[in-house]
Amino acid sequence: MSPMTALPVLSETASAVAPAQAGGVYSLLWLVVALPAVSAAILLLGGRSTNAWGHLLGCAAPIASFALGVLMFVSLLTRDAHDRAIEQHLFDWITTGSYDVDAGLLLDPLSMLFVLLITGVGSIIHVYSIGYMAEDPRRRRFFGQLNLFVAAMLLLVLGSDYLVLFVGWEGVGLASYLLIGFWQHKHSAATAAKKAFVVNRVGDMGMALAVMLMFATFGTTSFVGVSAAAEGASTATLTALGLLLLLGACGKSAQVPLQSWLLDAMEGPTPVSALIHAATMVTAGVYLVTRSNFIFNEAPTAQTAVVIVGLVTALWGAIIGCAKDDIKKALAGSTMSQIGYMHLAAGLGPIGYAFAIFHLLTHGFFKANLFLGAGSVMHSMNDEVDMRRYGGLAPLMPITFLTFAMGYLAIIGFPLFSGFWSKDLILEAAFAENLVVGFGALLGAGITAFYMTRVMLMTFLSPKRWADDVHPHESPRVMTVPLLVLAALSAVGGVLYLGGWVVDWLTPVVGEEHPELGVPVWVISLAAVAVVAAGVAVAWVLVAKRDVPREAPVRVSVFTTAARADLFGDALNEAVFMRPGQHLTRSLVYVDNRGVDGTVNGLGGLIGGASGRLRRLQTGFVRSYALTMVAGAFVVVVALLAANLS
Amino acid sequence: MPWLTVLGAAPIVGAVLVALLPRRAREDLPKIVALAVSVAVLGLTVALAVQYDTGGGYQFTEQHEWISAFGAHYALGLDGIGLLMVVLTAVLTPVVILASWYDAEGGRWSTNAFFAWVLLLEGLSIGVFAATDVFLFYVLFEATLVPIYFLIGGYGGVRRSYAAVKFLIFSLFGGLLMLASVVGLYVVSADNETGPTYLLSELSGLSMDETTGRWLFLGFFIAFAIKAPMWPVHTWLPDAASEGTPGTSVMLVSVLDKIGTFGMLRFCLGIFPEASQWATPVVITLAVISVLYGALLAIGQNDMRRLIAYTSVSHFGFIVLGIFVFNSQSHAGAVLYMFNHGLATGALFLVTGFLISRRGSKMISDFGGVESVAPVLAGAFLVAGLASLSLPGLAPFVSEFLVLAGTFSESIVTAVIAAFGIILAALYILIMYQRTMTGPLRPGLEATRDLNLRESVALAPVLALIVVLGLFPKPALDVINPGVAATLEHVGETDPEPTVPAEAAEGAQE
Repeated sequence: MSPMTALPVLSETASAVAPAQAGGVYSLLWLVVALPAVSAAILLLGGRSTNAWGHLLGCAAPIASFALGVLMFVSLLTRDAHDRAIEQHLFDWITTGSYDVDAGLLLDPLSMLFVLLITGVGSIIHVYSIGYMAEDPRRRRFFGQLNLFVAAMLLLVLGSDYLVLFVGWEGVGLASYLLIGFWQHKHSAATAAKKAFVVNRVGDMGMALAVMLMFATFGTTSFVGVSAAAEGASTATLTALGLLLLLGACGKSAQVPLQSWLLDAMEGPTPVSALIHAATMVTAGVYLVTRSNFIFNEAPTAQTAVVIVGLVTALWGAIIGCAKDDIKKALAGSTMSQIGYMHLAAGLGPIGYAFAIFHLLTHGFFKANLFLGAGSVMHSMNDEVDMRRYGGLAPLMPITFLTFAMGYLAIIGFPLFSGFWSKDLILEAAFAENLVVGFGALLGAGITAFYMTRVMLMTFLSPKRWADDVHPHESPRVMTVPLLVLAALSAVGGVLYLGGWVVDWLTPVVGEEHPELGVPVWVISLAAVAVVAAGVAVAWVLVAKRDVPREAPVRVSVFTTAARADLFGDALNEAVFMRPGQHLTRSLVYVDNRGVDGTVNGLGGLIGGASGRLRRLQTGFVRSYALTMVAGAFVVVVALLAANLS
Repeated sequence: MPWLTVLGAAPIVGAVLVALLPRRAREDLPKIVALAVSVAVLGLTVALAVQYDTGGGYQFTEQHEWISAFGAHYALGLDGIGLLMVVLTAVLTPVVILASWYDAEGGRWSTNAFFAWVLLLEGLSIGVFAATDVFLFYVLFEATLVPIYFLIGGYGGVRRSYAAVKFLIFSLFGGLLMLASVVGLYVVSADNETGPTYLLSELSGLSMDETTGRWLFLGFFIAFAIKAPMWPVHTWLPDAASEGTPGTSVMLVSVLDKIGTFGMLRFCLGIFPEASQWATPVVITLAVISVLYGALLAIGQNDMRRLIAYTSVSHFGFIVLGIFVFNSQSHAGAVLYMFNHGLATGALFLVTGFLISRRGSKMISDFGGVESVAPVLAGAFLVAGLASLSLPGLAPFVSEFLVLAGTFSESIVTAVIAAFGIILAALYILIMYQRTMTGPLRPGLEATRDLNLRESVALAPVLALIVVLGLFPKPALDVINPGVAATLEHVGETDPEPTVPAEAAEGAQE
């Protein structure tokens, strides 16, 4: 049966053409991953001798990978739309029984976009870090770990098998752990790092079980194998697969209910927050769902779950973002929320996959821009993160202000900026699916406009609230140039959708289906703009029209209290998992220690009994033999005990 | 050339030599000789491994009649599984000797004796892994108790005698049960036309009464379960591992305990396939309990070395689970796990040993922020820890995943429960790492030295193997797979078919 006939005529399904073997420029595909990996190894193992030039090598590696990525992208553009999947077999990784896992890479339109995003935005952030980390004595190690992250992230998106993807998946988790805890002499940083890893492990367990279920069901875990066989599996199996993958995605992408680690992760240096906890790693969940479209398309229940998780997180993160005074945490709440939008879109199926990826790309631009802008502000404010101590910075840091403003306009969806296009498409798809989802997403857009305007006002525009010993100044060129590049991308990133390009580009991988709306498209665009305007207006009234107190008000509404407490996510985890878990381990330790003496004494008695029974064994040889052995054993015991240890 | 006899005898001869060398305080000669002998054995092992034909089967076999009245033979041979264990022993012994350079000082006996016991233990362990006669195996199995008993009881912490005696009592109890079964095997095989025999090759085809087989199986299994160790007979391990020197703990947990799981695979499954299947539900339950119980107990420890011992209880749970699930993936995973656990836990014992030697305390709460003064030590600690929590890309991940994937294809519930070990592993490792290595530097630790050259050289090969085998486990799997296939065929189990085989679907689409 051809899969083409099974779906509405309006739609086009993903092509099931076997990927071509890597040749020509694609034979260098492995280098895209290997360059940052080797650089990381040199920087982390090289010791102090690499201090002088470590940051330069650290920047060169992702830039070289980016250059290779561009070459391959240009080459892919010249190929036929359905012939853009390239596979490179590296070596047999695991072979046992009938299970084979190739260490292989798959470059197709989906992974191509990620390669460009990771290496492109990654390179910009690496360059920025030269300035941001200039004073840090461990800067070389920072670059080593950042390179490790880039390598793992590239492996995540390029791996051609779920198990290879999983290596990258936990590799980015490790890099994230190391970098959140980079300033690990601080207790809070070390704790946040551990929390991120452990919460992620919950998701990873889901991931691992999903891979096992694939193996048990299909006998393979390669994308090619699973995608070809997925249709034949039962709906129950596919639903289970989808839900397990979603659990993994929730961990990595900080989606409800595994969202709690992301806000603490802001303990890491700001370039880390920009690269890992905004632009790339946290979007891995969206990649996973989109990559697994052949599973989710056949599992409507799992798709619904993805939509619900996405919508809940979109609002959850936005609400948290409203109450945070720490600029990085406000942005982190926003990241959760925006990734919620991406999941929402991806959960809608072929209607939404391409929109999710489109928003992922524009978000990568504008959120990296915003974080680096926040870093630039912190850099000039003695690492102050409390927006209540900011204010009036616009004239003092004009480049940071203007570039931050570009990011701001993009994220709230100001017409013609990149976020406007990508968010609008998600809203359309959401309304086409379900009115509740549509209005929920629309509401989120309004809240986004509110909290981002609040950040903008409190940081740059309202009267100055910093102390006299703070001397805000514009950051050095090595930091402002990356900001300018990202600001430009935030402004014009929408060109990716010119003529529907990004959707057409992704169609061979994720299929295509046009949303059917009851109303003209411009109605939704207009509604979105109106809601955004309302959000901005509310912020204007509540923030700009009043004085911002230097200390956070204590007497606040329950909503503010809840949002400041991250909607009680941590309190819940502590009550349900941590404290009972601690009680369990403590009581088990007690029992295990107490059980020891009793067991030993009991065994002493048993030995006597066992040997007694042995003696009654049969006749002849056996008896004398057995007796000899037992006697021998006892001689050994007596001899050993007689050694009289001190 | 009787390669295996030479391989097993070389360290024993070396042990005698080291013991006879003059005993003077702070004398390096015995250590150098011991190191040289162990490196030579490693060289020989590598030469042997290279010659090994990946086609499978027992190779380098030797067979001589020993006690004809019992049917006991001096019979040696290695299949892929045994080969891997011998390689593990040969790799870890020189590492342990180098890492333990000064650890014997202050012991009850001389430095010479310590290194002689280590070499003797190496020789006997090689013999255990190579024995293809049950009687010979039993004798060597019990003989290994002597050197390890003296190593635990003679060198180490204040409660070392208690730990050594406790270890001995547990082991002897297991040994006696096994002895009963060994005697029983004689009775059964004596009924055969060909007369009594202890040769594994002949016993594996032995037909026996179902009830007898089950009783005999239990004798072997309990002995191996104590050795491995599994819950609830694990309680000797934390004491022994905590009181011995770090090197002793490596020899004990990384090498000697593997005899338990190795024995299950070779003898329980090899001689009693029916009884093994009969016992499977109970064994799997115990294995899963071990996985979770060991991990939870590890989380609750303050003594680093007890903590590592409990992680091993958890890891051995995975290994036993893999063995008793009976399919290619779980078996290959279990065997590979034995090897990888030896590396990861060995590295963890050694690096924490280095840390403990700097402060004179093994309590986690006595440390904090060490990373800032000893970054190389911290880095090695982290890699060893990440290996222990089975981070993908490092060797233990491959084996743990294979065990779980194999389990999943037989019993989803079992796999899901055991998979919680994945989360708990992150907790026990990262909590220990955070409390010792990160945060503000604890007063009194400012002068903590980083790893010196000797310590780095001892750790480097183990850490390198962990990385290499994580990315490229093929050399190990190539050796394991034929052995696994043979075991499964013998037990009469086949792999479950995928419900929707991908190959068939691909064919249908074309």
